[in-house]
Amino acid sequence: MSDNPLDRYEVVIGLEVHTHLKTNSKLFSPAPVRYGDAPNHDVHPIDLGMPGVLPVLNEKVIGLAIRLGLATHSRVNTRSVFSRKNYFYPDLPKGYQISQYEEPVVSDGWLEIEVPAVSEGGGGNGKKTGGTTIKRIGVTRAHLEEDAGKSIHDVAVAGADGTHIDLNRAGVPLLEIVSEPDLRSAVEAGAYLRTLRSILRYLEVSDADMEKGQFRCDANVSLRLWGSEEFGTRTEIKNLNSFSNVEGAIGAEIIRQAEILDDGGEIQQATMAYDVDRRRTRVLRLKENADDYRYFDDPDLIPLLIDEELIEAVRADLPELPEQKLVRFRDQYDLPAETIRILVASRPLADYFERCAAACTSVKAAANWIGRDLRQALSDGGRGIENSALDAETLAVLIGLVEEGRLTAKNARDLLPELVAQGGDPVSLMEERGLEAVSDAGVIDEWVMQVIQANAGAVESVRAGDDKPLNFLMGKVMKAAGGKANPGEVRTRLVEMIRDSA
Amino acid sequence: MLALCAMSRITRKDVERTAELARLSLSDDEIEAMTHDLGRILDHVDQLQALDTEGIEPTAHAIPLATPLRADEASPGIAADLALSNAPLQEGYAFVVPKVIEGEDS
Repeated sequence: MSDNPLDRYEVVIGLEVHTHLKTNSKLFSPAPVRYGDAPNHDVHPIDLGMPGVLPVLNEKVIGLAIRLGLATHSRVNTRSVFSRKNYFYPDLPKGYQISQYEEPVVSDGWLEIEVPAVSEGGGGNGKKTGGTTIKRIGVTRAHLEEDAGKSIHDVAVAGADGTHIDLNRAGVPLLEIVSEPDLRSAVEAGAYLRTLRSILRYLEVSDADMEKGQFRCDANVSLRLWGSEEFGTRTEIKNLNSFSNVEGAIGAEIIRQAEILDDGGEIQQATMAYDVDRRRTRVLRLKENADDYRYFDDPDLIPLLIDEELIEAVRADLPELPEQKLVRFRDQYDLPAETIRILVASRPLADYFERCAAACTSVKAAANWIGRDLRQALSDGGRGIENSALDAETLAVLIGLVEEGRLTAKNARDLLPELVAQGGDPVSLMEERGLEAVSDAGVIDEWVMQVIQANAGAVESVRAGDDKPLNFLMGKVMKAAGGKANPGEVRTRLVEMIRDSA
Repeated sequence: MLALCAMSRITRKDVERTAELARLSLSDDEIEAMTHDLGRILDHVDQLQALDTEGIEPTAHAIPLATPLRADEASPGIAADLALSNAPLQEGYAFVVPKVIEGEDS
């Protein structure tokens, strides 16, 4: 038997994503939604489940849910109902979570993901072709619900005998977005999550920051023999909080289930956890009885009615979505596919690029500087594009200096960390630091001649037709020039002067 | 849902299961009485089932109001000290509860 379980079994995956909605206040209470505050500093009696309180729906979440519904080609239900999901856990003070069950606000949609193309031939033996293909993934539903509080089990914080409860998160508005079991690999699951996150961010429905717990994923995983029509018994892996954990957990669960099936065993329906350190999934609890949450309509809340007019107003106001932007960028800009993908991955980055390109003589230069050097400088400085002190128009000025040959690319690149952190005017910085490229032909020739004279061996090789030492000689000249010579000019003169000095 | 049990009279097992889910500890006598009472409630519902409700939208709420909404404006809730004031145990502004095994939540 082959070592790769995917040669024998097809994996079937459905994902449930919990995403925090971008609001100032909670779903049913006016307490602020904030991250990183001391425990229990952002709580209202409604979040604490105090007797006698009444939840009142935050109106902003309706528009956000509609946006997500429209962007995922789903039906936005004009009537949806809030239900109580009853269970007991210390971080759920009311003893129930207000959620939507039989009548969610959004249902029956889809989104498209780009996945590596696999050649025909079926089974697990399909070979990657290197290209990509578009796959449509069903979105079963999306419903509104409140988040629970946070339990802190960490012994260093809570001690060996206790668990700490922080209710700042209790009542934070969530959309739970449930996919159809249409995903067939960990890679597809990752692509789905990235696509969904990008949509949520584009629409400003959610910041979807996984580190802040704003975008969490549960994965339902089952295996079946290739060609089988029926789904196998599935397990649910809970609380996956990074893309690599999602992919790692699915991979580990495939191996675990395959081992059981290979031995002739049966998969038991269970809730699983992923142990990141050991790269294994483990059973948290078996679902002997299907979870019984005794859902019923919440008598404190009236059904949510949404006007068709509101849906149309939100539709008219919908920003350009990632997939649309991708197509437009391909049409509008002559850039490599990979560069476009990088730029479009984030709406602020795409907007920044378009502002910069408009102010630049070269779209390609703008794309390269933003796609590579600016992103590098931002990530080195631990910043996002939103809080770059270097705005798009100023970056265009910097790029202009390079394009005109007044500043070398290297010196421009060296200025970037400072510019993104503190801002500033590229022209005056260049002048203050004496970085302006030397374009005086006489001066450049002098540097080139020194290098030619000092490196006779390398020069001889170049003359004999070996171009390799050219880069070495280039480096020497640039060093002599203190990085301030235009590399193109240096190269041209170097080649000419080696030839002429023969 | 309880209504689903209306077809067959409610059994002792149904009551035990419901009590367990609601974390209620019932004595044998209480289970007996509850089985009887719940059965009678369901009988009553059975009578309502006889009505023809074809084409009538299920009632989720008795008050035909538009959904009351609140603008998304944050205002301070209550002070942490006050929120914690009834807690038997607290530490560093957190409620402290007996150790819960990690991951046993839903």
